[in-house]
Amino acid sequence: MTEFNLIQIAIAILFLPLVGFAFVLFLGKKIKSAYLVEVGILILTFLLTAVLLFNKLYWFADKNIVSEFSWISYKNIAVFGNISIDLGFLLDNLSVIMIFTVALISMLVHIFSIAYMAGDKLYNRYFAYLGLFTFSMSGIVLTHNILMMYVFWELVGISSYLLIGFWYEKKSAPDAGKKAFLVNRIGDIGMFSGIMMLFNTYHTFTFEKIFAQMASGTLPFNSEFWLTVTGLLLFCGAIGKSAQFPLHVWLPDAMEGPTPVSALIHAATMVAAGVFLVCRIFPMLTGDALFIIAVIGALSALIPATIALTQNDIKKVLAYSTVSQLGYMVMALGVGAYKFAFFHLITHAFFKACLFLGSGSVIHAMHHEQDITKMGGLKKKLPLTYATFLIASLALSGIPLTSGFLSKDGILQGTFAFGSLTGYWLFPAVGFVVAMLTAFYMFRLIILTFHGEPKNKEKYDHAHESPFVMAMPLVVLSALSIFIWYTPNPINADAGLFLGKWIKTPSLSVPQNARYSFMKTDLVPEGKAENNRDISNEVKKEGTAEGKEVIYSEAYTEAMHHAHYPAMFLSLFVALTGIVFAFVFYYWKKISADKLARDIKPFYKLSFNKWYFDEIYNATFVTFTMLSSRVLAWFDNTIVDGIVNGAATVTRMISFFTGRFDNIVVDGLVNLMAYLSGFIGLVLRRFQTGRVQTYIVLVVFSLVIILYLFKTF
Amino acid sequence: MGNFPILSFITFLPIVGMIIILCLPKNQTLVMKSITLVITGIQVILAGFLLYHYNYGMGGINNPATFQYIEKFRWIEISGFSWIGKIKIDYFLGIDGLSIPMVLLTAIISFVATLASWKIDKAVKGYFALYLLLVTGMMGVFVALDFFLFYVFWELMLLPMYFLIGIWGGPRREYAAIKFFLYTLLGSVFILLVVIGLYFSTMETMIDGTKVFTFNMLSMMDTHNFVATGILSPMNPHNLRFIAYIALFIGFAIKIPMFPFHTWLPDAHVEAPTAISVILAGVLLKMGTYGILRVCYPVFPDITQKMIWWIAAFGMINIIYGALCAMAQKDFKRLIAYSSISHMGYVMLGMASLNSIGISGAVLQMFNHGTITAMLFIIVGIIYDRAHTREIDAFGGLATQMPIYTGFTTLAFFAAIGLPGLSGFISETFVFLGGFAFETIRVITVISTLGILLGAGYMLWTLQRIYLGTVPEKWKVLKDLDFREYAMLVPLSIIIIFLGVYPSSMLNLMNSSVNAMVKFMMDSKALYGSITGF
Repeated sequence: MTEFNLIQIAIAILFLPLVGFAFVLFLGKKIKSAYLVEVGILILTFLLTAVLLFNKLYWFADKNIVSEFSWISYKNIAVFGNISIDLGFLLDNLSVIMIFTVALISMLVHIFSIAYMAGDKLYNRYFAYLGLFTFSMSGIVLTHNILMMYVFWELVGISSYLLIGFWYEKKSAPDAGKKAFLVNRIGDIGMFSGIMMLFNTYHTFTFEKIFAQMASGTLPFNSEFWLTVTGLLLFCGAIGKSAQFPLHVWLPDAMEGPTPVSALIHAATMVAAGVFLVCRIFPMLTGDALFIIAVIGALSALIPATIALTQNDIKKVLAYSTVSQLGYMVMALGVGAYKFAFFHLITHAFFKACLFLGSGSVIHAMHHEQDITKMGGLKKKLPLTYATFLIASLALSGIPLTSGFLSKDGILQGTFAFGSLTGYWLFPAVGFVVAMLTAFYMFRLIILTFHGEPKNKEKYDHAHESPFVMAMPLVVLSALSIFIWYTPNPINADAGLFLGKWIKTPSLSVPQNARYSFMKTDLVPEGKAENNRDISNEVKKEGTAEGKEVIYSEAYTEAMHHAHYPAMFLSLFVALTGIVFAFVFYYWKKISADKLARDIKPFYKLSFNKWYFDEIYNATFVTFTMLSSRVLAWFDNTIVDGIVNGAATVTRMISFFTGRFDNIVVDGLVNLMAYLSGFIGLVLRRFQTGRVQTYIVLVVFSLVIILYLFKTF
Repeated sequence: MGNFPILSFITFLPIVGMIIILCLPKNQTLVMKSITLVITGIQVILAGFLLYHYNYGMGGINNPATFQYIEKFRWIEISGFSWIGKIKIDYFLGIDGLSIPMVLLTAIISFVATLASWKIDKAVKGYFALYLLLVTGMMGVFVALDFFLFYVFWELMLLPMYFLIGIWGGPRREYAAIKFFLYTLLGSVFILLVVIGLYFSTMETMIDGTKVFTFNMLSMMDTHNFVATGILSPMNPHNLRFIAYIALFIGFAIKIPMFPFHTWLPDAHVEAPTAISVILAGVLLKMGTYGILRVCYPVFPDITQKMIWWIAAFGMINIIYGALCAMAQKDFKRLIAYSSISHMGYVMLGMASLNSIGISGAVLQMFNHGTITAMLFIIVGIIYDRAHTREIDAFGGLATQMPIYTGFTTLAFFAAIGLPGLSGFISETFVFLGGFAFETIRVITVISTLGILLGAGYMLWTLQRIYLGTVPEKWKVLKDLDFREYAMLVPLSIIIIFLGVYPSSMLNLMNSSVNAMVKFMMDSKALYGSITGF
């Protein structure tokens, strides 16, 4: 395998689903089984990503493979110089692991959908859209420049729009699709502004080149402040796509889409794109930017977790849980725990996809019943679904031996370390509270759905375990929720190749003094280290470069190490507490949940009504936009056009008066002249008698007068 | 190619068709339609020919030597007026990277609009005769390089348009037609005044060394040709260049149409028959922006530089105001008309950037808006033909009833909201990137990005109200597309997708000219500074 082969494979991975999309879209009407082509393509794509993953990690683990094809190029133009916009591939460990995850889940969802969507009248169209989505998502992952990422970002947005609104005959589905697209676009405007800023400064879109120029000191508008702003603007894209506070409102509504879509797009892959974006731009995020990102992440982790406690729709609970977990990842990135954020992204993708497909299996069995208060006792009817759902829930709750335990623990460890270094203990506090809430609402969900007595006897009786094509993905995904795939040591993720070798925190391009103090790197002459910085006792020598020693602050690593066991035990403790509470409330029913809800009614209502975000946004932004649009339309019609029509009216009035003037005065004068000449003619006619005698008299008379006049003067 | 006068041919071929149609008996409607179709078809082929033999390296703009397919000979020559000297008007045609996209667009849209005219059954002879005259006028504007000739073509297209709206239009056609006519005529008067002013300020040196006044646009761009005392000459300390610029700009801005001169557009669109709406949005609006780029920029580079903030600001107003107004419309066609206003704002914003990326984006947006909006108006026309109403709320669920039609609509809507992979994306992106790079208009550019949110808002909302949901009982009779409608939508869709995937094809075409324009504008900054410094 050469690097070139890998690029070829990457091209195939990217475009195969697009071929499937086009094929199924155009021939889906004629060929009933066109969807099999799409499924086949996805299986092939998955196999290719497996080949890519293996070869990249085995042969080129420490190398980034880049290849680009020119899309638009400008040679030597004014202001910008040479501009080249490329369709480029960046194969690093991050992207190959991500693409493998995307292809795997996408394939499983395709297979799952064969049964789940059976009988739908737009069956083939559905698979076409899935193909479009897989293409776009692969683009985000594989591209090496920010503009192409934005291109695929928008394409992902539109495939999400199409899939959420797939059942377009319902009113709510297109509503949700539209909302998702528009809310995402708000974030995208921010992201696009960031791209403009980057392009304006670096005249390129390629990540590597931008980071290289940044490392050598070129900053947007030559200031660290604007670098922070640029980073945050790009992060706006992630806020939209990863449904972070305050743009998280679209994700729960997006559950209107078919459940496998929710699993693929709104749990495992698309919403993770935001986190992936932050991973990609991590080297250019300043300390201030990271801090704000951490705050957004913490809020997004906490608020939806409180909402998930009281929701009754099985998919809504999972949706809020997804927002919360994405918040976790974002918070982790914000506090500098890059590796664990990405790790959690991958583990979460598997177990959350498993949960969603599991909920799909339940919904399928219950004939499209989604309300968990109407379920119960399904354990016996759906044993396989129950088992896989349970494993995934344990992973989400962070119970040992699962992948979720490792990644979540890593994140908590990161926040803990951050707290100990900077004094912001609020982040670990939020982390642990959310961990407890997560365990609680997941087990509430499990108990209400699978345990106890069936609430709806009729639907319960008709419930049946799902067919093989639906069960198989569940088994695969739950198997991937076990620790063994990531590390041989169930309590230490660093022991595995995943974090030990493949995923490393990238080196920062941000100027030293704009970083978190514990992330500074310096080239310091030998022996001077002690004098140079306050945290020098935590500074460690790490190899030499050209006579100077590279001093790398390992304060953070050190703090992480110290945080490992406290964080682990504490997280295990809060998770178990959450589970126990869930059992107390819903299984043993020692405390009545309803009574508690009544006792703390304001909080309950706040949670149940999702903190009234939708209502607030509707009352402000939506109303404002609609109102201003109506006002402007009125203004346009009445004032602007009124002036035009008014000008016409005035002109007509003036013309009326000039017309009258013309008629009466001007024409009157003309007529007067005519009349006068007529009158004169009338008078003079008297003299024209035609008789010679009269003329002679007149001539003589005239002569006399003329002679008299001559004589006088 | 030799000396074959291909530009004259492409311009005046429709006139030949018009004469043939006028000679035909009244009832030969199918023959008339076929003749029009063949003529516009030949135009497309000729335009393809122009494209095929086009030299990408030649810039044009102000340098006559780098224009292509030049045809130049004396048209009108009157000698003997002592105080004027000689009146000399050239028949001067030629194209560069600014005009060739417009020539292509005109040819394509004319052809598609011919198909859209197929169902005209009232006074067919008159319709197609006027239609062909209109096509000549439009094509002429984009190839003329003599200002007088430009003005003649500009006026030539006005008259048929008036009758086409006024006779074949909807219920309020007379109001709309007269509004369109008077508004545009007002603009024309402004343009004419400036044409005359420029004529008496510019002198061209003849081969024998004598100097004569000239209407040659390219001569007007060269400061050496200005008469020192001319009222529009930069050397004259009391020159009226600023006022002339504003007048000329308004003349063109009415056509764009720029806020606040835009209210003729929704009325004209709503009343015009589908084909004429397609022409109006597809080609006519581009004449405004084309005129600004072709005349205002290179003839008045000094004033342009001063006014650049205003151009961008009005672009921004167009984008946001148009989008918000579109959102409030209840009539489908009116909504598309306002979206047109919004999208033309991007062109103005891009023009104001004064750099290659932004101006490329602007010209590309002109082309893309032409194809996308043409498609949108065809889409409106298709539903109006069937349902005889355009009220958005009267519809719903057409996706079930007319799936293929809905598919095309979705494509056009997505292109209009700037979805990557479709042509609108790259032009909008370039406009923004270019605008942001120019410090003067940076803030305006950032505010204008709101347009992509609002655009998505009203487009998706419309899509939902008309196409999604359930079909009302009374629309269960609507039929999906027929062959003619395919023939209109498919070529436009292919162009939209092709330019979305491979925008370089169009960008490279205009590249040299855009660069020449940017260079000219940059150079002239210093040049005019030194002249007015006298």
